[in-house]
Amino acid sequence: MLKYIIKRLLQSLLILFGVSVILYIIIRCMPVDFVANKIAQISAGGNVVSEEFEKTLRENYGLTDNTFLGILEGYFNWLGKLCRMDLGMSFSVQGHSVVDVIKENMGVSFAVALIATIFEFMIAIPLGITAATHQYSLRDYFVTVMAMIGVALPSFFFAQMLRGAVAVDPLNWFPYSGLANAQTAGTLNFFEEMLDYAHHLALPITVMVILSIGGRMRMTRTNMLEVLNSDYIRTARAKGCKESVVIYKHAFRNTMIPLVTSLAGLLPSLFSGSIIIEQLFDLPGIGNVAYKAMIGADIPLIMGYNMFLALLSVIGVLLSDLMYAVVDPRVKLA
Amino acid sequence: MENEKLIQNETEEATASADVTVTPEDNEPHEKNLKLMSPMQMVLRRFFRSKLSIIGLVMIVSLFLFCWVGPLFYNQWDPSSADYSARVEHTPIKELVNADGLGFAQIIETEKIGEVKAKPSAEHPLGTDETGYDVLARLMSGGKISLTISFMAVFIITILGVIFGGIAGYFGGAVDTVIMRICDILMCLPGFPILLILGTILDAPEYGIDQQYKIYYLMGFLTLISWSGTARLVRGQILSLREQEYMVAAEAMGYSTGRKIFKHLIPNVMPQLIVSMTMSLGSMILYEASLSFLGMGAPAKYAAWGTMIQAATKTDILTNHFNIWGPPGLCIIIAVLGFNFVGDGLRDALDPKMRR
Repeated sequence: MLKYIIKRLLQSLLILFGVSVILYIIIRCMPVDFVANKIAQISAGGNVVSEEFEKTLRENYGLTDNTFLGILEGYFNWLGKLCRMDLGMSFSVQGHSVVDVIKENMGVSFAVALIATIFEFMIAIPLGITAATHQYSLRDYFVTVMAMIGVALPSFFFAQMLRGAVAVDPLNWFPYSGLANAQTAGTLNFFEEMLDYAHHLALPITVMVILSIGGRMRMTRTNMLEVLNSDYIRTARAKGCKESVVIYKHAFRNTMIPLVTSLAGLLPSLFSGSIIIEQLFDLPGIGNVAYKAMIGADIPLIMGYNMFLALLSVIGVLLSDLMYAVVDPRVKLA
Repeated sequence: MENEKLIQNETEEATASADVTVTPEDNEPHEKNLKLMSPMQMVLRRFFRSKLSIIGLVMIVSLFLFCWVGPLFYNQWDPSSADYSARVEHTPIKELVNADGLGFAQIIETEKIGEVKAKPSAEHPLGTDETGYDVLARLMSGGKISLTISFMAVFIITILGVIFGGIAGYFGGAVDTVIMRICDILMCLPGFPILLILGTILDAPEYGIDQQYKIYYLMGFLTLISWSGTARLVRGQILSLREQEYMVAAEAMGYSTGRKIFKHLIPNVMPQLIVSMTMSLGSMILYEASLSFLGMGAPAKYAAWGTMIQAATKTDILTNHFNIWGPPGLCIIIAVLGFNFVGDGLRDALDPKMRR
């Protein structure tokens, strides 16, 4: 087991290295240069920018040389810093290091994703089980079709539909966007503040739950059907076990195997944030910050965010493989 | 081998089909009750027995008819120019006085304002959008773009996946290791952020890329980083297939490597490949729509479905003009649902073992 984990970790390092090379090359090809943007900003204010100043700026940000060798050098500088656990300073978020920016904005993304995932599992698993136990019934078709519609809904379209229904004028039940009410900020006690957050996050979380529920439901249904067709379920029924015992004690436990492994794979991705939803609802999450960084050519932040995503997905794959062996004793890792 | 007719006992299927009736008085030999069916016929028959796959097929066919045949009948509005016809002209009057104060001229400029945000009417069945484009006409042309892009993307992904997966699975060894490690790397690349970055890169004037075709470049790049799933599928299948007897026979016949891969191995991977292709068509449509929605797509003039929904980020349109952004969303849902239903039906039809 230990040997397997070490081998996988080494492989992961190789993967991350490959990802970082590809990312860095793509990012350095960006024409929207942060320095150029900044100079345009300064000259728009009526100031004259000397070439000297531009040169110092470029040197400060390490963007002087855009030839192949220069990019190579930039990459190794970045890699060297990474080995010292330093992802550099963000260009656009003044005076903050990339690690800080990611840390500060991760909270909201994680909270939203965690709550959404809890709801997703709580709703999808019972529905999937009833669909499987009542196969080909009206209930089964309803669950299947609803699940497929959930998969087919574009997130932004559904978000706009929800908002159009309950977050604008005639009803106005929920705030249109943002994380907290700006007018009452600072005057609320802890409990009221949490309530305010919940009020603001209700719509984004609903969107995420409805969109992800379909796949989970189908997964539960398929696995449950597989288990229900196996011999030991027939034996349990033949012994005269109650149907509820057969389903929830005998069958459900084996259905848990893929659910638990996929949950383990999902855990890291909870931190990654969702670009579209956070940007649409203007939540101060990591996806939103990264989106702004990408438009503003904030190279260290883009690099840091994307490597963070890659790291999370590597950990996710590894965790779900390990979990598979932990939950199912028949599986041997080699 | 593929042409070999399978003999299927009709009585097994008699409940579902009425084309052969077996009467107990019949003292004919048993062979009369047997019907020869090619594998293809059996697949088609299983496919059409499922209601959901028929519904999916109908959805897709009608979407295609809507996007390609529709414009032939509904051609009074050009999808890329505004409707100026019915609008009262706005006429600012400018008076020009010469510098010496003697000459005098009056200029009346007529400025045309398009029929903006019109409600649905007989003239514009779905109304017009904020620049005065007819929504229905744009829905058709946008659908063409979205569907074409998705089909091309899936096609390229499949070709790349089959080539790399086939090579990895057939040759094994070092080649296999290298290709699989590349697959690992590609799987960990965060695709959506990278496409957003690439979107800003393509904006640069020095690349000289027409905004109209930007989304094609983006989706082209997407195919380059997303063939790993297909490659893994093909590789896995080939690994198990190449140990089978008929491959040993092919080896003994002295066939060339290319023939063994493309004539004997790939056709046997086709069922799974077709299913995964249909399924990924839906996700490609969603991908393209999300990119367009975030403004990475074609400019408003050549809008695809995702770009049309973007209008809904303005509160006024969101509340009062569902006819502008609702229909494209609905079209996306129909397309994705249709492909998923057909994919599901195909999987059940092609692989009877999976059927429950």
